[in-house]
Amino acid sequence: MLLLLAVLIGVLYGSAVYLLLRRNIFKLVLGLIFLGYATNLLLFVASGLTSGYPAFIRNLEGETATMSDPLPQALILTAIVIGLGVTAFALVLVYRFYSVTGTVDLDELSENE
Amino acid sequence: MNSGLLIGLLLLLSFLAPFTRRYLNNLAGPLYAIVPVAGIIYYLRALPVILKGEVITESYKWIPVYDINLSFYIDGFGILFSLLILGIGAFILIYAGKYMVPYPMKGRFMGYLILFMAAMLGIVVSGNLITMFVFWELTSISSYLLIGYHHEKPEARTAALQALLITGFGGLALLGGFVLLGLPYGTYELSTILADPEPIRSSVLYLPALILILLGAFTKSAQFPFHFWLPGAMTAPSPVSAFLHSATMVKAGVFLLARLNPVMGDTQIWHILLTTFGTVTMVMGAWFSITQTDLKKILAYTTVSALGTLVLLIGTGTQYAINAAIIFLLVHALYKGTLFMMAGNIEKMTGTRDITKLGGLFKEMPVAAIVMSLALVSMAGIPPMLGFVGKELIYEATSLAPTSRYLILLAAFFTNSVLVFLSLRLSLDVFWGKRSDYQKKPFDPYVALMAGPVVLVLLSLLLGLFPANLAAPLTAMAITSVSPGHVAVGLKLWHGFNLVLLLSALTLFTGYFMYRYKRMILEHSGSINLRYFAREFSNGFVAAVDGFLHFTKKQTSRIQHGYHRFYLMTVFAVASVLVWVMIWRADPIILELNFADMPLNLVAVVVLIIAAALSAVISHSRVIALVAMGVIGFGISIIFIAFSGVDLAITMIMVEVLMVILAMAVLYHLPKYAKYSESGARMRDGLVASLVGAFMMVLVLQAGTTQMSEPISSFFKEASYSEAFGRNVVNVILVDFRALDTLGEISVIAIAALGIFSMIKLSKRKEI
Repeated sequence: MLLLLAVLIGVLYGSAVYLLLRRNIFKLVLGLIFLGYATNLLLFVASGLTSGYPAFIRNLEGETATMSDPLPQALILTAIVIGLGVTAFALVLVYRFYSVTGTVDLDELSENE
Repeated sequence: MNSGLLIGLLLLLSFLAPFTRRYLNNLAGPLYAIVPVAGIIYYLRALPVILKGEVITESYKWIPVYDINLSFYIDGFGILFSLLILGIGAFILIYAGKYMVPYPMKGRFMGYLILFMAAMLGIVVSGNLITMFVFWELTSISSYLLIGYHHEKPEARTAALQALLITGFGGLALLGGFVLLGLPYGTYELSTILADPEPIRSSVLYLPALILILLGAFTKSAQFPFHFWLPGAMTAPSPVSAFLHSATMVKAGVFLLARLNPVMGDTQIWHILLTTFGTVTMVMGAWFSITQTDLKKILAYTTVSALGTLVLLIGTGTQYAINAAIIFLLVHALYKGTLFMMAGNIEKMTGTRDITKLGGLFKEMPVAAIVMSLALVSMAGIPPMLGFVGKELIYEATSLAPTSRYLILLAAFFTNSVLVFLSLRLSLDVFWGKRSDYQKKPFDPYVALMAGPVVLVLLSLLLGLFPANLAAPLTAMAITSVSPGHVAVGLKLWHGFNLVLLLSALTLFTGYFMYRYKRMILEHSGSINLRYFAREFSNGFVAAVDGFLHFTKKQTSRIQHGYHRFYLMTVFAVASVLVWVMIWRADPIILELNFADMPLNLVAVVVLIIAAALSAVISHSRVIALVAMGVIGFGISIIFIAFSGVDLAITMIMVEVLMVILAMAVLYHLPKYAKYSESGARMRDGLVASLVGAFMMVLVLQAGTTQMSEPISSFFKEASYSEAFGRNVVNVILVDFRALDTLGEISVIAIAALGIFSMIKLSKRKEI
């Protein structure tokens, strides 16, 4: 399964980079979002794959060794929420950018200067 | 009183001068001069101790970790130089106070002058290489400010910048040289280094250190091929030329060479480099001075020549040569300071300093004529001035030089003949002969303008008349400290009939004949200059600087092109190359393809996400891109659930819904996708993207099989219920153990919301 997920993360990173290199500013933001997906998944996979054992404590004497690692999950959770804030801000920025400049082409912007 | 306090006082005064000048008015010059005069008194009182052969040292801790101390080291040579700097400096302050009256920003000018004096004094008394370097750079900076004083004139700005670039470049080289010199000793303290030359001599660092230090000294002392900044610097007001470009700053290089002579000197490479560059500079300076017509330019080129002579003498290094160097240094400072001040006076009184437009000034300016002529007699090396003693010693030293004696002797003979010729010319053509028409009626300059020249010339005369009693004690200790083991030769006016006297007589005759047939000489040397030296060195330098600027401008616009995606591409490309190199060198990963742990439903989800991602990249439709985004988000949530990340999945689903809605709302206002990139560019971007994606894939595989250290999660698992009373460990971490992080996260969201709100509000208002 690790191999499959590695391929998935690779594809996500590749698409994110490709989108980041576009001239359309919307695609740039899309690339940013993809970068967030890929990185969250990377953290998750790197912390080890455990199926069927969420980090819940069922009883006090229960075995904790098989439980999935809660710390990376807490980190990823924070990252997801912050990612939402950043993305929302970037999207509105794109909207403002277009309503002020009348273009979504980033090259046109630098030529106007 | 001590040296540190004196330099501190000077620095303080230089800071106060711009604010106090206007209240003190004409008294400013003499009042400011009190500080250097106090310094002179201090050093004169210290003189008896120094004459006994002792060294006065002071030290203040500065950066003890790197062995950099603000330490001072005053020996016979340092004290001679200090007296010169402070003595001439005091007169320059008095002179400048009067001279600068018609110009603006007098206070600032005086401040710069005093700053320079402090820096120059710092060089000659500092006992630590790094301290010396700091003062060295301070002279470069203050000379930049002084040369560029008339900053509204473009030629003054160019000359100032030229001087700064050349001496600044030399300063950098010097710093390198000092560090290399300090390495074998493990200290930068001069007292340690001067005590024992062996560590650096036997070190492989000797040659690089020598070359770097010589670069510093040669640029500062205007040696060929760096000589051109000095004549250019003549755009500075006359007090600056008289102070910096005759007696002090340009001598800093010579000072450094002499100071380091006991350590670095007396090796073959030292002899060769110093005598070669010194001789070339000496002859070249003399040659170019012949055809100049600007009084100050003539003096500048003879200064270049004199600096060459000094470097040659230090390089020769014999007993006579060191004697000659020290005496000539004193001689030159005395007469050149006078001449520069007189050149300023003549310009002030007549409105010109072009010698072809001057003449017959004796009637109106008799005192000036006598003072200037006496200084010129010293320059020509005619008794009874001290210049004669100096010139005799130079001939003595060169005729006894260990290598290529006759060539050097010939060069010295030529140079001295030119000096005689110029002395005759500057005296006779300016003060006697046909009277020219002047814009204003000339008269003898004011006392303040004449005080310096008169005193310096009288000193020159007194020292010349009684060399054994007055000059010898001053220079004897300097000679011993510059070149241990060598003693001062007795100084006298009359040496008896010998080769040196014959040479002196010949020099006088040659100089006289050159003056007699000056028209012919000027014509010939002028035509030679036109044919061979038409391209000035400074023009070459300017062209080089311009070329460099052009190159950097092009380079900058190539690197800082302003296209964000190319910046990103650079980052990605470089990162992937570096990571790929590391992957290449790491151990290969052993993969076991085990289909048993690949549930079919999860494989389907992964394939779906990959397809969505690729379609988002390829698609020309914005809606498809959005749908793909949603598919990816939900797909990832499923993977989270499958591998025990329940909270993650819940959050991801909620965030994903919000994000798609938000993106849809924004996209509604944006134009459709247009094709912006050529297919070539797409291919290139695709290549970079696949490189990055591929190495990330390899990294994941590495990370999945590597564990660097034990995770700290067991603490959270155990403490979650027993201490925080929560069963969901992820949630407990977020709201309890790492609550402050969560607070920060909430703040980020709040700030983002605030930003979004204001952006939308702002656009609304604009539309109304």
